[in-house]
Amino acid sequence: MLNKSLISINDYSKEECIRVLDLAEEFEKEPVQNLLSGRVVATLFFEPSTRTRLSFESAVSRLGGQIIGFTDSSSSSVQKGESLKDTVCTVANYSDLIVMRHPIEGSARYASEVSKVPVVNAGDGANQHPTQTLLDLYSIRKTQGKLDDLNIFMVGDLKYGRTVHSLLMAMSQFNVNFFFISPDELKMPNEYKLHLDNMGIEYHEQRDFSDIVPEADIIYMTRVQKERFSDPIEYEKTKNAYVLRNDMLENSRKNLKILHPLPRVTEISSDVDSNEKAYYFTQALNGVYTRQAIISLILGLK
Amino acid sequence: MLKDQKILKVSAIKRGTVIDHIPAKNLFKVIAILGLNNIDNPITFGTNLESGKLGLKAIIKISDKFFVDEEINRIAMAAPEAKLNIIKDYKVVEKKIVEVPEFIEGIVKCFNPKCITNHEEVKQRFTVVAKKEVSLKCSYCEKITDQEHMVYI
Repeated sequence: MLNKSLISINDYSKEECIRVLDLAEEFEKEPVQNLLSGRVVATLFFEPSTRTRLSFESAVSRLGGQIIGFTDSSSSSVQKGESLKDTVCTVANYSDLIVMRHPIEGSARYASEVSKVPVVNAGDGANQHPTQTLLDLYSIRKTQGKLDDLNIFMVGDLKYGRTVHSLLMAMSQFNVNFFFISPDELKMPNEYKLHLDNMGIEYHEQRDFSDIVPEADIIYMTRVQKERFSDPIEYEKTKNAYVLRNDMLENSRKNLKILHPLPRVTEISSDVDSNEKAYYFTQALNGVYTRQAIISLILGLK
Repeated sequence: MLKDQKILKVSAIKRGTVIDHIPAKNLFKVIAILGLNNIDNPITFGTNLESGKLGLKAIIKISDKFFVDEEINRIAMAAPEAKLNIIKDYKVVEKKIVEVPEFIEGIVKCFNPKCITNHEEVKQRFTVVAKKEVSLKCSYCEKITDQEHMVYI
């Protein structure tokens, strides 16, 4: 992992993922460690993503490192027509590590090829967001004590949801049971189901989940966006089926935790927030520990 | 009998290359990939010919033209099962088969309009994920470009 860019969750083996989680656990116990002193991390956000950027910057700050960068492309030389290659090559001179968010798919892989310092992908369009996946894995392992023998519910937009696809790929290395709950228009794409078939992993597809909530160990909620539907009437009819309300959790398992990559809109009612099974805000905090771990491993500080 | 019929349908050449077992629907793709529309050599082709293996196949005969392996493998995306006969003095002197590589660079565009290769000067790179009906996984955006969406450079 030393000096290796992290672009796609598929870049890390199962063992490497576990190494990140183990180290993230150490950072949770002792978040402030002066490992990055004198080092510079560049955060290049070609499109705004406040949550992700702050999480990375918090991780760097707690490690004692310095941050340079920009928060959207309008305040950078991209505005003047500079190519991605030129921006990355230049910034690589000023930093030890580049964290990059970009709307174009594959941009992070390309950046890692032209950069002389390692690149961490903080989201390239609809493609990959591997640190999100690792923090999801961390949250699951932390709350369940394991990554095997779990019933994982994925709810909402499973067609376009980058986070659920990456999480599926990562979790398929463990022995889990998937439940895909989505409207017909937003079903899990075949290529992912084929992958699970090849891995010998069980999955079930349902349109509704109110009656099976008691089976769940993890419910991973996602946003069902109106603009994904070709027929607005279809959206109005189906949207309520993918909202989680507190009363649905009555007979749920003790160990159940509800995850969400955030931002949440209406898909989790606010009455769930006070339920101890709601985990999405802690999940976001786990992102800081996970990113501390990733940065330290890449820069060889641990 | 069948062999005789084939010869009747597309006349024999004295010297050159015969490319056989091209899926009929991809004939013009193969012509474009090899740049046959831009050369002066005499070319004959036949298409929608019966073939047990492919359903309907096409065949191209190019006089006085010989290809290097690299050129031939470019057609693997459109005609993975193509066979080449090198003809000299009306006789087959060599047979070649197309090999679908594990990995390809250039040749095809990534079909994803949001892929970096369609926005900056980046050479297309793919892993071949299926060899029969060739489909390609972009090394950048990780999307699959299948036969139907392949655009040759």
